[in-house]
Amino acid sequence: MKAHFKIKRFNPEKDREPHWEEYELEVEPTERVLDALQTIKWEQDGTLTLRRSCAHGICGSDAMVINGKNRLACKTLIKDLGSHITVEPLRGLPVIKDLIIDFTDFFAKYRSIKPYFINDEPPPDVERRQSPRQRARFDDTTKCILCGICTTACPVFWADSRYLGPAAIVQAHRFLFDSRDQGAEERLPVLSAHGGVWKCRTVFNCTDACPQGIDVTGAIAEVKKLLLFRKL
Amino acid sequence: MEIHHHQYEAVIVGAGGAGLSAAVYAARGGANVAVISKLYPPRSHTGAAQGGINAALGNLEEDHWEWHMFDTVKGSDYLGDQEAIELMVRKAPEIVYQLEHLGLPFDRTPEGKIMQRPFGGHTRNYGEAPVKRSCHAADRTGHMILQTLYQNCIKEGITFFDEFHVLDLLLEDGVCRGAVAYEIATGDLHVFHSKAVLFATGGCGRIFSFTSNAHALTGDGLASVYRRGVPLEDMEFFQFHPTGLYPLGILITEAVRGEGGVLRNDQGERFMERYAPTIKDLAPRDLVSRAIYLEVREGRGIGGKDYVHLDATQLGQAIIKAKLPEIADFCRTYVGVDPVKQPIPVKPTVHYAMGGIPTDIDAQVIVDDQGTPVAGLYAAGECACVSVHGANRLGCNSLLDIVVFGQRGGVRLAEYVKGADFAPLPPEPEAWSVSQIERFLKGPGDHQEKIGALRAEMQELMMRDVGVFRTEEPLRQALAGLKALKARYQEAEIDDRGHRFNTDLLEAIELGNLLELAEVAAAGALNRQESRGAHYREDFPQRDDANWLKHTLACKVAGQIEFSYKPVSITKFQPKERKY
Repeated sequence: MKAHFKIKRFNPEKDREPHWEEYELEVEPTERVLDALQTIKWEQDGTLTLRRSCAHGICGSDAMVINGKNRLACKTLIKDLGSHITVEPLRGLPVIKDLIIDFTDFFAKYRSIKPYFINDEPPPDVERRQSPRQRARFDDTTKCILCGICTTACPVFWADSRYLGPAAIVQAHRFLFDSRDQGAEERLPVLSAHGGVWKCRTVFNCTDACPQGIDVTGAIAEVKKLLLFRKL
Repeated sequence: MEIHHHQYEAVIVGAGGAGLSAAVYAARGGANVAVISKLYPPRSHTGAAQGGINAALGNLEEDHWEWHMFDTVKGSDYLGDQEAIELMVRKAPEIVYQLEHLGLPFDRTPEGKIMQRPFGGHTRNYGEAPVKRSCHAADRTGHMILQTLYQNCIKEGITFFDEFHVLDLLLEDGVCRGAVAYEIATGDLHVFHSKAVLFATGGCGRIFSFTSNAHALTGDGLASVYRRGVPLEDMEFFQFHPTGLYPLGILITEAVRGEGGVLRNDQGERFMERYAPTIKDLAPRDLVSRAIYLEVREGRGIGGKDYVHLDATQLGQAIIKAKLPEIADFCRTYVGVDPVKQPIPVKPTVHYAMGGIPTDIDAQVIVDDQGTPVAGLYAAGECACVSVHGANRLGCNSLLDIVVFGQRGGVRLAEYVKGADFAPLPPEPEAWSVSQIERFLKGPGDHQEKIGALRAEMQELMMRDVGVFRTEEPLRQALAGLKALKARYQEAEIDDRGHRFNTDLLEAIELGNLLELAEVAAAGALNRQESRGAHYREDFPQRDDANWLKHTLACKVAGQIEFSYKPVSITKFQPKERKY
């Protein structure tokens, strides 16, 4: 089938402002949007710039806005969109070039919640024990691939760049609800501070957009609850 | 283009499981270390590993490191170095416990221990029946390992240069002096002056067209050291994973068969019963891939096409949801198949390079059969060849390999830099890198050859002539074809002449690396006149221990590939006929 792509382009070495460029190409309906973007790059315009690596939704490189929604280009099939496809960079973070956004702020916020296992007790000679039930408690948030889709889908984040954003809170949740972790006291001040969980207005954009199917809004609510009951 | 200078005691290139393991232990050993990666670390391809990491923990049934060692040696078709394999499998339980202590969320048994399941080629009591040895976190074990190691690098305060693409190794008089990298966001060059460099840049599966490998797997580390005169070992051995999702090539984990899935041909026959009567669908990958090709060749592919079915319907909704959620998602997303109800279409997909940069058991690079090291140069993970996988890797042994030898490399690196001085940089250390970039940025612009088209030709050629079945004449044609492609590459041009995030330029540079490595793989395949593990010559269908029980070393000398050899370490298990 013939597909018509409209792509938001911006090269600060040349352009003062972003502009749209259009491309037509033959595609298979079962192809990924990523395949079509690469075909455009390889056959029509080598200057089109995007990130990609694994091409099957696990590395989190090719997050972008496709037909108005945040998605991974490698997990979105042409047949689910139709023949007219618009592609833009994620919103709420600075654009470096074309579909490439600057993740510096995103990873700084990720780091601020201490995204690592904290337990200073000497470990046993074998594994620490954890029941299947305890393990299941935080399974959902271990799936996060740090693609940035949830954070850049959040209207609160668009309006207030001090907000940690859903992805950083999901990462905090992964440790806060791990029975083996003892880092809650170190993480909770960041999560309850001005840019923390209380900024969340439960819009559910994050949950709707997550390519891993994580219940992001639910995870944020659980962190809120944890903070509340700690204070009481 | 600006040139920036840095000095670190050690530079680690690549931030997958091997690079990050090395970084954690080099930092703990007191080394001042920087990690360079062309991707953000959590984008690395370790994250795509699904099935698990092997260790004879015996959490669910009896298991012993000796059994794990035997399986790995036999799986390697006796080309694996037994000293290194013994070290890896003996270390495996400790490594898995360490990962758990670092926070890795393994699945659990009812008693709260680490959960284990069977995997291809892993058996109890030296080949009797499959054994539960693979420790896992659903079918996203690699993702969890990558995340856990990255998290611990953050905890250790390690310095990262994210989205820096390595271009060159600085090596003179057998002493490593650092590396040169290209900052993708700005187009600037960075010269890293260091006492030691550890390469952990992963594989080069993108020399082929049908692969489970990420676009990023272009062998940048392999090509960088090879150009500087370091040999590459056993590059003729490339693993085809039997179950790539048809028609995309995305990996469908062996855990599907570990949990009870079976392969079926067009007649619905469970054909692996004929090829491997004892362990059937859990035979090693080289055997299963060849079996699928033979079924297809004899007209028993599905609907006469070039794929077969992986049938997991007998597992039921609950097992698939709990144990194989990612692959169920892939099947539904990409081919509209629900594995609970329908068989999955699969075809062998290029998966793993058994060969690589030759190292000893401490990840130190060695250049010959005498164990001569390159001072300060290390390699670990898929880009290295220790060799623990020999001619064919067993499933779940690569996650083990990257953590064991990444860690040993990190520890050794930290010891080395304590006792070593900074060797002086060569004059104009960035010169070669500048020439590579400028050739593309300042070309005449007549666009005779396009990078994308050349790459596609190379990948098709490799798939056709250097695939699962190999014979002399097609291999000679492949080498001639690659030579022609290399000449055309010299004329190739790019569209993007800018400095900011120029991925057009990077793809051109990556293709240069791929072409080098494709040539080494094809030449190695022509050179090795026997069949062993993943390397199958139809004109030499037998394994030939008398002449070929040895590792290949391919070295670039005056633009030509020269082969030399080194012996295999054989300690506990003498080569025997390999039957499953």
